[in-house]
Amino acid sequence: MVADTSTQTTKPSIGDYLRNNIREYGLLVALVIIMLFFQFVTNGVLFRPVNITNLVLQNSFIVIMALGMLLIIVAGHIDLSVGSIVAFIGAISAIMLVKWGLPAFVVVPACLVVGGIMGAAQGYWVAYQKIPAFIVTLAGMLVFRGMTYVVLGGRPIGPFPKEFQILSTGFVPDFLYFLNPSPDLIKNMVALVAVLLLVGYAIYAGLRNRRINEQHGSENEPFIFFAIQMAVIGVVALFIGFQLSTYRGLPNVLIVMGVLIALYTFVTSRSTVGRRIYAMGGNEKAAKLSGINTERLTFYAFVNMGALAALAGMIITARLNSATPKAGVGFELDVIAACFIGGASASGGVGKITGAVIGALIMGVMNNGMSIMGIGIDYQQLIKGLVLLAAVFFDVYNKNKGKG
Amino acid sequence: MDNIILEMRGITKTFPGVKALDNVSFKVREGEIHALVGENGAGKSTLMKVLSGVYPAGTYEGEIHYDGKLRQFSTISDSEDLGIIIIHQELALVPLLSIAENIFLGNEVAEKGIIHWPQTFARTQELLKKVGLNESPATLITDIGVGKQQLVEIAKALSKKVRLLILDEPTASLNENDSDALLKLLMEFRSQGMTSIIISHKLNEIKKVADQITILRDGGTVETLDCHKEEVGEDRIINGMVGRAMEDRYPPREPKIGDTLLEVKNWNVYHQHHRDRQFLHDVSFKVRAGEVVGIAGLMGAGRTETAMSIFGRSWGHKITGDVTMRGKPVDVSTIPKAIKAGLAYVTEDRKQLGLVLINNIMHNTTLSNLGAVSSNGVIDERKEARVASDYRSKLRIRSHSIYQEAVNLSGGNQQKVVLSKWLFTNPEVLILDEPTRGIDIGAKYEIYTIINQLAAEGKGILMISSEMPELLGTCDRIYVMNEGRIVAELSKEEASQESIMRAIMRSGEKH
Repeated sequence: MVADTSTQTTKPSIGDYLRNNIREYGLLVALVIIMLFFQFVTNGVLFRPVNITNLVLQNSFIVIMALGMLLIIVAGHIDLSVGSIVAFIGAISAIMLVKWGLPAFVVVPACLVVGGIMGAAQGYWVAYQKIPAFIVTLAGMLVFRGMTYVVLGGRPIGPFPKEFQILSTGFVPDFLYFLNPSPDLIKNMVALVAVLLLVGYAIYAGLRNRRINEQHGSENEPFIFFAIQMAVIGVVALFIGFQLSTYRGLPNVLIVMGVLIALYTFVTSRSTVGRRIYAMGGNEKAAKLSGINTERLTFYAFVNMGALAALAGMIITARLNSATPKAGVGFELDVIAACFIGGASASGGVGKITGAVIGALIMGVMNNGMSIMGIGIDYQQLIKGLVLLAAVFFDVYNKNKGKG
Repeated sequence: MDNIILEMRGITKTFPGVKALDNVSFKVREGEIHALVGENGAGKSTLMKVLSGVYPAGTYEGEIHYDGKLRQFSTISDSEDLGIIIIHQELALVPLLSIAENIFLGNEVAEKGIIHWPQTFARTQELLKKVGLNESPATLITDIGVGKQQLVEIAKALSKKVRLLILDEPTASLNENDSDALLKLLMEFRSQGMTSIIISHKLNEIKKVADQITILRDGGTVETLDCHKEEVGEDRIINGMVGRAMEDRYPPREPKIGDTLLEVKNWNVYHQHHRDRQFLHDVSFKVRAGEVVGIAGLMGAGRTETAMSIFGRSWGHKITGDVTMRGKPVDVSTIPKAIKAGLAYVTEDRKQLGLVLINNIMHNTTLSNLGAVSSNGVIDERKEARVASDYRSKLRIRSHSIYQEAVNLSGGNQQKVVLSKWLFTNPEVLILDEPTRGIDIGAKYEIYTIINQLAAEGKGILMISSEMPELLGTCDRIYVMNEGRIVAELSKEEASQESIMRAIMRSGEKH
């Protein structure tokens, strides 16, 4: 029921715009509210420099895996095996580093390749044999967990050499110390400068993009939303950057995470591969008949997921400084929940990297905040489950309302 | 006969931003077949949804009088209880359940939740007899054709003591034989005193069965024609629907035919699922530059299968035969290769196979040729927007922008988006499979105009259609298919509905 609207190209009102994009703004607002809530109930512990650092270290691997999981979910599949891949990669990295004494610069790429192969081993069945991903990766979850027990012989391995631990517990050295105006307060100048540059660039790029859009007559979000969004993100980023700079500076994993987020945002929004994944998830048959090699695309989505899970596996193993057969149990659920909280659709074709990242941060802040409050793991799970359900209900509710 | 069973008065229904129905009045006499016609978006389906309670009382203005009383239905079951049954265009049957299970779904012959199977089957048998369907009640829905499924839907309606049967585009996916059988059944029901409302785009069928015709346009009632009082011709109805005289339903064209582009020889294909059954037998045809070639045939004749098996082996297996383009053999074994060879295939099912509905017009337009708007795998968004805007204006796609999601477009505009996608791959030969199915007359004319333009540019067009007048009106040459074979090739002069049907019937006798 669409009337001829070519004549009425009136600008949508701000209210309309808000209704159409409520999901994205709502997510950001939810994150801020949750942060403020925990900041309040923990008497300011949440935003203490040491806790922010902990938040980053504890959640980086969830965020990293959420990037790959989002592609899988957008493609219309699911991957339940990531927790087991984390464990297996932890185990073989331990064997290579500790037992065989191989250097980290050999082990890290080797583990990424092994992770990719584990992803490929599952992607083959999903893409080419058309077995539902749920079943294939459920099998993978069991197989890889079993393999972890086998190679570890049931015993944990550790500790790890320093050069490997840098990956997850190292910080970017303060090579800009000479700029520091107040060494008593600020312990690491790089963090502050980096955040300032980043926020400055984000505002510059955002404004430039709006200008180009205007020149080409494409749609821009209303300026007020752009300004509020930039202000919120800018203030939060600057605050966090400042807090980090008063402690030990930028954790290495934060850099890795930031680069990956930027890369995957670019891939999903600007690359042909990204576009094809969205099209495939939206309508696989139509995508195939449009000349897209859907099998290959699915296959590589799983290879990518495997490699990212391997990276996450190394980060967490290095952080715990020990490879255990129980590592990563239940991670797949946190990662998948992050994507769905972030607005991905279980039927495929819908979802954004920024959404998944914010979803992961919401989960992370809740985990951390509730732990500080001393809430037991039992209630934590219960609350997280309800938040997931509420977020998805919010999606469904909005969609139905839109239909009228 | 003049007993009014249903009267809808001053119905107005608004959706956010759109007035779908504006003060519509609609009167149906008991025991008649009442046709409801109008272009897509005219409000036919919305009106029927108001009637059946899909849109509950209170969400619309106006009154519904049924059987002499003012009625306010708040759910579908309210209207069903009074014998108003609607059969939607998309059939609501569960494919993996049996006919009997489907007929009594939600209405099982049961006592305390335990189903009485013998009685279920007996009653199903009775109902199937009434609709003239000779199948076992235990047959699964997935194993019978669309025509028979339609009959099962009707049997299901009968099981609910139907008094007013509403059929939304019942013959849209049926071939002529099945359509005829269905219409005959409706007439039989009429003689037994049942009332039906039929929504249809097929004016010739309406002319055959309708007692009265109500025409809707842009959410309002235009007029109600009584077929027994006046001679109602197709032109008269079209006039009312589009609000303007449509002198010629097919735009004129001076064919300028050039060299042979696509030639297919001895194309043999086995069935996709029944792997030992040969489905296409020695199909050979050619399409020349600037030529519009039609493929006529009944449903299941193998027309779509021919197109899909050529286009990157998207259908069938054990495919053998030769495909040449401008006399040179080409490899069409995968879809990317077929596109590269200069082929484009516009599917008959644009929602399931043609479009990514949740993506916007721009993304759908460039999907098959993303390489042309990107470098090193990075999409140039400005270029992409330019391409999409160009096609949007060239093909006159009505939308508020290229960023509108395809799902929110009308059928005709969706089809234009699919055409944009394939035109952007710059094909030499376009295979159009039912290009005007389910789209309104105004949009059809536009599609024909686009086809003519493409032919004038020297492209070859292969058009598959179940609507014979459409083939006769647009094609330079028509192949007739039946049971997986090409059974006739007719020039524009030789082709007529009779000659096509004769070719089909005669070939049927041979086998």
